[in-house]
Amino acid sequence: MRFAFAPETLQLRDAVRLVLARECTAARVRAAWASDDARVPGLWTHLGTLGVPGMLAPVDDGGLGLTEVELVLVLEDSGRYAVPEPVVDVVAVGVPLLRDARSPALRAVASGERIAAVQLPGAPFVVGAGAAHVLVLQHDGEVHVVDRSEVTLEAHPSVDGSRRLHRVRWSPSKATRLLDGDEATPLLADAVDRAAVGFAAQLVGLARAMIDRTVDYVKARHQFGKPVGSFQAVKHHLADALVAVEMAAPSVYRAAWSLAHRAPGRAVHASMAKALASDAAALAARKALQCHGAIGYAYENDLHLWMKRAWALGADAPWHRARVERAIFEDGGT
Amino acid sequence: MDLTYTPAEDAFRREARAWLEANVPREPLPSGDTADGFALHRVWERRLFDARWAVVSWPREYGGREASLVEWLLFEEEYYAAGAPQRVAQNGIFLLAPTLFHFGTKEQQDRILPRMAAGEELWAQGWSEPNAGSDLAGIQGRATRDDAGGGWRLSGQKAWCTRGAFCDSLFGLFRSDPAAERHRGLTYFLVPLRTEGVTVRPVGRLDGDAGFADVFLDDVFVPDRDVLGAVHDGWSVAMTTASSERGLTLRSPGRFLAAVRRLVELARARDADPVLRDAVVRAWMDAEAHRLYTLQTVARLEGGKALGAEASVNKVFWSEMDVRLHETAMCLLGPDAELAAGPWTKGFQFALAGPIYAGTNEIQRNVIAERLLGLPR
Repeated sequence: MRFAFAPETLQLRDAVRLVLARECTAARVRAAWASDDARVPGLWTHLGTLGVPGMLAPVDDGGLGLTEVELVLVLEDSGRYAVPEPVVDVVAVGVPLLRDARSPALRAVASGERIAAVQLPGAPFVVGAGAAHVLVLQHDGEVHVVDRSEVTLEAHPSVDGSRRLHRVRWSPSKATRLLDGDEATPLLADAVDRAAVGFAAQLVGLARAMIDRTVDYVKARHQFGKPVGSFQAVKHHLADALVAVEMAAPSVYRAAWSLAHRAPGRAVHASMAKALASDAAALAARKALQCHGAIGYAYENDLHLWMKRAWALGADAPWHRARVERAIFEDGGT
Repeated sequence: MDLTYTPAEDAFRREARAWLEANVPREPLPSGDTADGFALHRVWERRLFDARWAVVSWPREYGGREASLVEWLLFEEEYYAAGAPQRVAQNGIFLLAPTLFHFGTKEQQDRILPRMAAGEELWAQGWSEPNAGSDLAGIQGRATRDDAGGGWRLSGQKAWCTRGAFCDSLFGLFRSDPAAERHRGLTYFLVPLRTEGVTVRPVGRLDGDAGFADVFLDDVFVPDRDVLGAVHDGWSVAMTTASSERGLTLRSPGRFLAAVRRLVELARARDADPVLRDAVVRAWMDAEAHRLYTLQTVARLEGGKALGAEASVNKVFWSEMDVRLHETAMCLLGPDAELAAGPWTKGFQFALAGPIYAGTNEIQRNVIAERLLGLPR
């Protein structure tokens, strides 16, 4: 038993973090929200150079051949920097799906050369379909790969300006079908778990960023002649947020490890991670807004770039708790 | 990262489980916070010691097994899963012993640790005073130099000493230099409780057991050999281990994992409604999250890093988790919840103490905010 990341894993995380800190500033995220495609210009190319899109793709297909254990820290940082691109959908869900289905589309998506959009299992919308070259879609339990030119999109704006939601209208055919129902079932089950862990990681990063931003703010903001961060009421709000995120994070890392090793309890671990991370991020968002006071409520303040993502990603926590509940009460836990 | 247990760790767990299965009393012992119950728990401590299960992480020469922190966690899981008795040796082996290992002389270690491990000398903590609780550095208990006797004379009152009415000795801080700054003029003393000048008054806890004591000291002589660490340096002696392993050992995950397993059984037996089932799920996830957090902390400690103020994150979490867990049990029990002899009643009342003892959660939140988040004092 050794619950620690390998030094190389941390180095990779740090390398990606350097790029995100430089390329994905709050100003650029804000600009992406206001742009047509909700993408930070050049960011996907930079991430492609580092190998991020293909982290879970085999080396032979131009990927890094890594596992969810290495990916989870990068995804956490994608939340920390509020990356507008649908990183989890593509890197954590789409690429391994294409990999396991031996899709010819894998190589170009893994290299970052072609941009994918991925319909998550059960999701009514596809995120980022407008900017994609290729879409990974589901129909009647099957998985299809469809060119962007073959679909029409109906936009449904999200509260989170970086999540461009679309209903996709398209015609499934033998030519578009990647997996039939029998083949798709186990892979889509994996996709559910990978999505849960991927978004859980992002939520942890969102929560950490909101705490950090708020700490900076309450140190600088003075009332009654001193920093508002010196008041216990403010301190205790932020301490509560930190406790929640520190307690959620190891569960997210464990779930990533369980996915990477196909541990029998991986589905429950994934749902537990998602439930805890959703609650932690929701709490961090509330505390961050409260400690910012009125300025945090202003659209011009950057806080909402993180806050709204936390709302958008956290709403399925009860679904995940219900999945844990079934495991505890029906299967005797894990 | 490797989240599987090694064959050695698995073997350690199996050995612990087998011994506990064969030795844990079939009927629960009476409360260790009563005179009769304490005596029976002392016998149990001796039994643990004789089989080398009393202090598994200690060196062999003092009765331990030199178990790793992971193995210690496994032992704790098995211990609570087996429904084994409360540890009346706890404040000695988990609060005093780490300080003795760090600051004690070889003579002190040889003299004190084996008797502590064997349950022959059981220890109560002497931190709080009537006017020094959260503001612990406000300690007024005095230590005055007795050069002729080669030691110190202690006077004052210590409060909330756990099982102080039954323990043999007390460890605590006294003000040895009244002129020094508050944190600097304190010295860490080891004091026998059955000695001239010491008066112990039992104090009932919320559940009525005499689990606390006020300890009055009137010119009690303590020889120099019972000063732990440097004179006037007691604050840092006491605090150094507070933020190392002690932050881990005060309440290990095993206790909550066992409690939450009982909670699931209770919810099944009572055919819990969906609202309460969700509360049970939250409790189950919290206990599991705490286990994982602790394993991560252990890896950090074994990697040579200090725990520091993160112990406060842990303490806030487990203490509040424990309250929620027991509140859920109370709701599941419904009309039976108020029964004084109910299986969850004592636990519920004890859980309520968690956010208060070992540094209130308000103080812990200040520590988190100031030392982990860097907010101004």
